[in-house]
Amino acid sequence: MLHLTAGRVAGLLSRRGVAAFSTSGVKMASHGGVTEQTDMSVPLYCDRLDTPLPDRPYKDTLSAADKSLKQKEKGPWNSLSKEEKLALYRIMFNETYAEMKKPTGEWKTVVGGIFFFIGFTGLVVLWQRYYVYPPHPRTLDDEWQAMQVKRMLDMRVNPVEGFSAKWDYEKGQWK
Amino acid sequence: MISAAVMRGIGTLTRTRAAFTAPLAVRCYSHAKVETDEEFDSRWVTYFSKPDLDTWELRKGMNTLIGYDLVPEPKILDSALRACRRLNDLASAIRILEAVKDKSGPHKEIYPYVIQELRPTLQELGISTPEELGIHKV
Repeated sequence: MLHLTAGRVAGLLSRRGVAAFSTSGVKMASHGGVTEQTDMSVPLYCDRLDTPLPDRPYKDTLSAADKSLKQKEKGPWNSLSKEEKLALYRIMFNETYAEMKKPTGEWKTVVGGIFFFIGFTGLVVLWQRYYVYPPHPRTLDDEWQAMQVKRMLDMRVNPVEGFSAKWDYEKGQWK
Repeated sequence: MISAAVMRGIGTLTRTRAAFTAPLAVRCYSHAKVETDEEFDSRWVTYFSKPDLDTWELRKGMNTLIGYDLVPEPKILDSALRACRRLNDLASAIRILEAVKDKSGPHKEIYPYVIQELRPTLQELGISTPEELGIHKV
């Protein structure tokens, strides 16, 4: 359950774009050993709407093609094709702003979870009704209630403005 | 018949009431000098215009600027884009444009205006907008 919550929290955080604080940076001692941790002593990359230029480029190790592209970047940018410009963007950054702001559909999980637990609670209440509640008091049966009402009317309970005042004694019915 | 003590009490009450009505005109504002919009803009233009600006300073400046509750003026962005050119960083230039669009929030007319103002610079430096590269959508 702890792992599930941590995963959900990490999911929420990455939705906000704080990839630096992902689960890989969190110590989760699952089987006595420690899982791989990010080195927090070096600048980290993060996709955040409020931090357009992160502390380091996304891709650290560049292939030969990337390196030559980086060289070309030093010249006039008008000579770069669209694909080259896109490649340069993807070297520096992981997600575009549009990708960061993409809806996650997390709300479906939340609403589904809400209904599930309400349903589970319903089952618990049902079980409780049959196994926990004491026997039904006989004073609540319709028969007993009818006798009780008759007795109250015979006693003339609240005859002026209340109970018996609403009973028509001549006709023998409620007014 | 009102006793003298009560009269004295009423007198002090009305006196304090008068004291409360007088200082309405005096507000407790700070006396620090407020920077005008032009001063703010020119400060930032100067920051990005530094010829030997390094990558850290570009990133720090940009992240700080985006942290403010405003959309930067085109002249500040022009200075920042030229700093990107000096640092041979096209990706950051495109990222800055994305950040401006995001900062505008619900005010959809700001971003086209900014791009329109920056169009000569974008053409001169060869910076493509996110729309031209197709990264404005998922």
